[in-house]
Formats: sequence, C-alpha cells, structure tokens
Amino acid sequence: MPRPAPKKVIMREQPPKERIKNFNEVPYGYSPEEAIEEAKRCLGCKKRPCVEGCPVEIDIPGFIKAIAEGDFRKAIKIMKGNNALPAICGRVCPQEEQCEKCCIVGKIKNSEPVAIGRLERFIADWEAEQGKLEIPPRPTPTGKKVAVVGAGPAGLTVAGDLAKLGHEVVIFEALHKPGGVLMYGIPEFRLPKKIVEREVNYIRKLGAKLVTSFVVGRTETVEELLGEFDAVFVGTGAGLPWFMNIPGENYNGIYSANEYLTRSNLMRAYLFPKYDTPIIKGKRVAVIGGGNVTIDSARTALRLGAEHSMVIYRRSKKEMPARNEEIAHAEDEGVEFHLLNLPVRYYADENGWVKEMECIKMRLGEPDASGRRRPIPIEGSNFKIPVDAVVVAIGQSPNPLIPQSIKGLEVGRHGNIIVDPATGKSSYIRVWAGGDIATGAATVILAMGAGRVAARSIDEYLRTGKW
Amino acid sequence: MEILKKESNKIIRKEELAPLNKLFEIKQPNIARKAVPGQFIVIIHSENGERIPLTIADTNKVKGTITIIFQEVGKSTMQLGTFKEGDRLQDVVGPLGKPTEIEHYGTVVCIGGGVGIAPLYPITKALKEEGNKVIGILGARTKELLILEKEFEEITDELYITTDDGSYGRKGFVSDELSRLIGEDYKIARVWAIGPAIMMKVVSEVTRPQNIKTIVSLNPIMVDGTGMCGCCRVEVGGETKFACVDGPEFDGHLVDFDLLMKRQAMYKREEKLALESYIQSKRGK
Ligand SMILES: Cc1cc2nc3c(=O)[nH]c(=O)nc-3n(C[C@H](O)[C@H](O)[C@H](O)COP(=O)(O)OP(=O)(O)OC[C@H]3O[C@@H](n4cnc5c(N)ncnc54)[C@H](O)[C@@H]3O)c2cc1C
Ligand code: SF4
Ligand code: FES
Repeated sequence: MPRPAPKKVIMREQPPKERIKNFNEVPYGYSPEEAIEEAKRCLGCKKRPCVEGCPVEIDIPGFIKAIAEGDFRKAIKIMKGNNALPAICGRVCPQEEQCEKCCIVGKIKNSEPVAIGRLERFIADWEAEQGKLEIPPRPTPTGKKVAVVGAGPAGLTVAGDLAKLGHEVVIFEALHKPGGVLMYGIPEFRLPKKIVEREVNYIRKLGAKLVTSFVVGRTETVEELLGEFDAVFVGTGAGLPWFMNIPGENYNGIYSANEYLTRSNLMRAYLFPKYDTPIIKGKRVAVIGGGNVTIDSARTALRLGAEHSMVIYRRSKKEMPARNEEIAHAEDEGVEFHLLNLPVRYYADENGWVKEMECIKMRLGEPDASGRRRPIPIEGSNFKIPVDAVVVAIGQSPNPLIPQSIKGLEVGRHGNIIVDPATGKSSYIRVWAGGDIATGAATVILAMGAGRVAARSIDEYLRTGKW
Repeated sequence: MEILKKESNKIIRKEELAPLNKLFEIKQPNIARKAVPGQFIVIIHSENGERIPLTIADTNKVKGTITIIFQEVGKSTMQLGTFKEGDRLQDVVGPLGKPTEIEHYGTVVCIGGGVGIAPLYPITKALKEEGNKVIGILGARTKELLILEKEFEEITDELYITTDDGSYGRKGFVSDELSRLIGEDYKIARVWAIGPAIMMKVVSEVTRPQNIKTIVSLNPIMVDGTGMCGCCRVEVGGETKFACVDGPEFDGHLVDFDLLMKRQAMYKREEKLALESYIQSKRGK
C-alpha cells in the first residue's frame, strides 16, 4: 500500500473577512471528489485504533472504505448503525481528542490523521442532499411507554434508540424548540440550525413524539410522569450559568454566555428587529473564560459588530479547554486573546451600564488537580480595560430544577444526578439519567454515548421488568 | 395524555378592561391544573416573537383555563393585543416561579398598582380564603385605567382606591393610603405590593420603619424563565438571585430596587426601535 498523503484534503471555508459579517457556516464541507480523495488516505487498519477513540464506536474504517469506493449509501448506513446524529457530530465533536488522536496515519512523522470528522460530516450532508432519508421500518409496538425529559443530544439519542425498538416515546422539552445546547448554545456559523431541525425530524420519523414548552418539575413532576410512563429518562443538561460573584457583575451589558447565546441563536436576536428579541451589540466586548462557549461567544460578538472582541482568560493558551480548530478560527477572525488575566470588578456609568473592567495579571504555578498549571494573581498588577458589553463564560452546572424536585434522588456535589455509568440508572427506581445532567458540562458525543447506554438498559428493563 | 391533544393555547375569551389593558382567558389544562397564586407563564405569540413573561391573574381548573391581563407597552404586547378570540398562541409555558406563601397571618394589606393589580388578584383571593382580614389598596394613574375594582370588592374586607390625578378615589399614591392605615390602629401583619418597581420601592420604604414584612413581586426582563440564563438577576439582601426561579416574590426590605429599575431599562433603545418599525409596517399595510 502506498504511503498516504501527509496532509488532510483541505476543507474550503468562508474567508475570515467575509464571514465575520454574516452568521453562515464557516467551512463548506467536502465535495464527493475531495471526500473520496481523503478517504483513500485511510489504511483500513485491522486493529482499528480510531474506533477505540470513538465514544460511540462508529465503524470508522468501514464507512471510510465505502466512501473511498464511492458507495455513499453504504457509508451512511454503516454510520447510522452507531450514530443517529452524524451531521452534528461531524461538526462539533473534538475529533482531535478522540478518533483522530488515535489514527495510525497521524502517528507517521509529519503526517496528519485521516480527517474522520470531515468525512463524517460529508456523508451525513450527502444523505440530506439526496432528499430521501432512509427510515427503518417501524417495529411492532411493545406497548411500553417511555418519557424522555430534555431534547438535547442525550434525550434525542434515547428517544431514537427506543422508538426503533417499538417503544412509545414522548420527549418533553422546556424550551420552545428541541435540540438543547445544539439549538440555543452552539451558534449558527458552527452548526446551522437547519441541520439540528433535520436531525430532530429524523428522530420523530422514527416514531418519537415531541412536546415542547413543557417544563418537567413545573408543568408536571417526574413522579407524575412515572404514573403514566413505564420509565423516565432525564437528560436536562447543564443549564445553570455560573457567575464570578465579583463587584458590579449585575450592571447592564453583562451577560451570562447562556443568555448571550440564547438571545442570538434560539431567539435570533442577530436578526432584530425582524425577530423581536434584542441583544446589546457592544463595540468593545470582553468574554471571560477559555472553553468552547467562550470562543463561540467571542465569535458571535464579532458578527454582531464588535470592533474589539476580547477573550479574557486566567491561564495561558495552552490550558484553554476550547477546541484548537475553534481557537484558530477565532484568531483568524480577529478575536483578541488577553491571556493570564482575571477580572476582579466592574465599573459602570451613572445609568448602570458597564464601562470598565478591572483585571489582575496572573502567572502560572504548579499543576493543580486538573493537571493544568494553577494561575496565581500577581499582587499590585491591577489594570482596567474599557468595555461596553461583557459575557461571562466560565462554565455551567446541572440544571437544578429536576434533581431538586424528586425526593430521594441521589445527587452529587454540583447537583448532578448520580447514575451507574454502565446502565444510566439513577438511585430512583424507573428513572434513568445521562448527558450533562449526570456528568456536568461535557460534550455532545458523551451525552449521546450516555443516551445509548441508558436506552439499552431501559429496553432491558421494559422487556424483563427487572430493575 | 392531555398534553398531546391539540386544543391548548387557544384564546377563548378576550376583553378590553381599560385602554391598552387586555384580558385573555387561555385554554391550557396542564398549567391550569398546576398553577397556584404568585406564579407566572411565558408566552411566545408567534414564530418571530420574544418570550414574554406574564403573571397568572386567575385559573379555572374545571374549564382548564388560565387568565392573563397585560398592558400594551411595546411592540410585543401590542402584537399580542391583536390576537382575537379563537386564535392560538404559539407557546405558553408554565407555571413558573415559586408560589406565594399563603398562611393565616391576621390582617394583611394587598396593594396593587396599574396592571400589577392583575397578579395581585389570585394572591388576595387566596389570603382571604385562608381567613385573613384583607385590606386592598388599588392605584391607577387615572380612573379609566383602574382594573378589577369589582372583583377586589368581593375578596377584600376593606378596599381603598387612589388615582394620581384624583379622577377617582383618593388623589395620591397607594403608599399614601398605606401610611394612613399604618397611622390608624390596624395591626398589619404583612403587606403585599405588586406594581411598577418605583411603587414597590416606596411601599417598602413606608413599611420598613414599622418592620412590617412586605412581599413584592419582581418583574425584571426575562428570557427563558426557567433559571437557565440569568437575565432576570436581582439583588436581594446583597445576594444575586434569579427572579424566575428564586422568586418572583421577595422581601421588599431586602431588594435593590434601583438596580432592578436600571436593568429594566436595558433595552429601552431597542424597544423604541422595534415599536417604531412595527407601527411603520402596520401603516404600510
Ligand atoms: C456554547 C456551547 C458550545 C459547545 N460546543 C461544543 C462542541 O463544540 N463540541 C461538543 O462536543 N460539545 C460542545 N458543547 C457541550 C455540549 O453541547 C453538551 O455537552 C451537550 O449538549 C449535552 O447534551 P445533553 O443532552 O446532556 O443536554 P443539553 O444539550 O443541555 O439539553 C438539555 C435539554 O433539556 C431541556 N431541559 C432542561 N430542564 C428541563 C425540564 N425541567 N423539563 C424539560 N426540559 C428541560 C433543556 O431546555 C435542553 O433542551 C458546547 C456547549 C455550549 C453551551
Ligand atoms: S486508525 Fe486511521 S488509518 Fe487506521 S482505520 Fe482508523 S481512520 Fe483509517
Ligand atoms: S429568565 Fe433566564 S434565568 Fe431567569
């Protein structure tokens, strides 16, 4: 076998100067020819190290081989065997930490791994373009009913898997649109909402019913749902935004990332006044944090017209948890990185509008529990930055509404529901949980993986009656 | 399951209570079954609409309906006001927020200002049913803006009315009437005040020296109404709270009303813009 080309086939994208003026998706995706060329870089390893790196164990060499042979229909079939939401995963999974990190081609000196994520995206988009989704035949109904709470990736996966097995599934979603973070958090330019809608429709075509604007714990409690359903899966995510609790944090113009992104994505505030929800379009926007949410907010600020979109992070770039690809995109677009800075207070004008942020400079000490070097404030290094909008993107914890409303449910220190990772079972009989509500803020693919595990366990319970 | 039936969110009764003050009775069996005084809902009237929080003014558990009363103050509420009987609202979410603590306190005073009289109604009714002696004070800018007077008469032991311009009841503010009551020999155990932030602030100042516990219902700007965004943050006793899940009712003596008022004005410019472009588009038609 010839040595594979050292570099991935480049994915064309909107030039940075153009794209910061719109919310359209940044990369264009592969053409069929490009996909085939990239697929041919795969060595088809017997040991399949990439599959081990994949949390849902997609048959990676299998689907890539089908692409290389030009049999796209077969490729998508293989893909969908393990992953119901490939168009989404192909776009937002941290492949560099997972499958691509393990890829043998990437281990060759000066060589990049096979672009597994791009191929995943290609094959999902190809299917959508054919217009005809392949829907597996409906199985005979089992007569069992399952309530799924939360229509994020965890809930959608559970719903799809159980509907395919013939169980009656109803998804209850608090917001007016399904998708969870995919809909309200991740911006249009990274994950077009049309795609989320398409994938949700697929789950519905499999037979799952969806009820939106239904807040479990308020409109109906989990206990009440248990009266009507044989099993309940809770996938309500990590929706509680953290603030820093520093002076002035409630001034006008200071947002949580959840609010900022929800206004822009879910409520389409970037199209105001066509859409009714407004958003403050700051000229000097500071975004605090170092994760994907931070980068998404900073890139959103640019598109809303910021002249300076500044990421304020207390460690150095190396410790940033955001995906490298997204950091690179942000840099190309002109996001400014103010590293080793920690905000300590805000100042406002007489009407309560934030106008300045005071920071203290940091240096890195010894590694802490997370393995990253601990940031230490440098005494007396305080300085001020003028700002007119601030987005606090330092993390979020599990949404407390449900854990608090079920008496006797075992929860962890951060309000996360404690589950058996092998089954997704909670301490409360007939209640399963998974995704961010169990792990704290994590990733789309881990939420889907947890959904898969729980679906298997729920199905077993429904068939055997054994908890 | 009831929720899967399609009749929900239909407006089955619409009334104009006062200029710009509209009442909708909405079919919503799920919410009606659960709602208790003090709670609110979020409405999205149509696809491009924003999420509008509105306190529930009444529920009918038998009919499966909830009633809301709103004032047309901007584009969204104006557009909501164009909905007719039989129309369906795109989304109605709830019931949200913590319930009012209804107990037997003794003598309580329930104070409503403007459209705040509407959410005060179920609370007052519940306090009365709990055996409290209930004194009502309702205030409006002018006579024709006063709502629910008749309804309050039925559920209060004494009812006082004020208007800013003196066109009806006593001329002045609800807080003047409260001061008068405090001066007389009422043994007031608790006060509820719902209305514009400035009214709730002044009422809280009146009761502070007497140490009469005063409950206010805060109406900051909200987005989701479920504790997910922090848009509704208020400061109570020096701590940040999310009004949609920690409230909306708080101890008025601990609330930072100035912060609330500043935050309420956050989108003034945008609201004006939206209203202008809405009015223009209507003229265009
Ligand atoms: C801005 C942003 C960017 C991200 N980028 C990436 C990325 O690039 N790659 C990646 O892998 N991960 C990313 N993540 C993380 C990823 O999105 C989450 O880990 C994942 O969505 C978790 O899925 P979930 O199903 O557990 O919960 P969620 O997606 O949070 O969905 C939970 C759903 O439950 C609903 N809900 C909550 N409470 C109730 C209730 N009481 N009743 C009914 N419904 C309720 C919520 O409204 C929501 O729709 C990002 C997160 C954010 C916020
Ligand atoms: S490790 Fe890389 S080269 Fe080997 S099968 Fe997986 S994708 Fe192909
Ligand atoms: S309105 Fe979003 S948290 Fe209260």
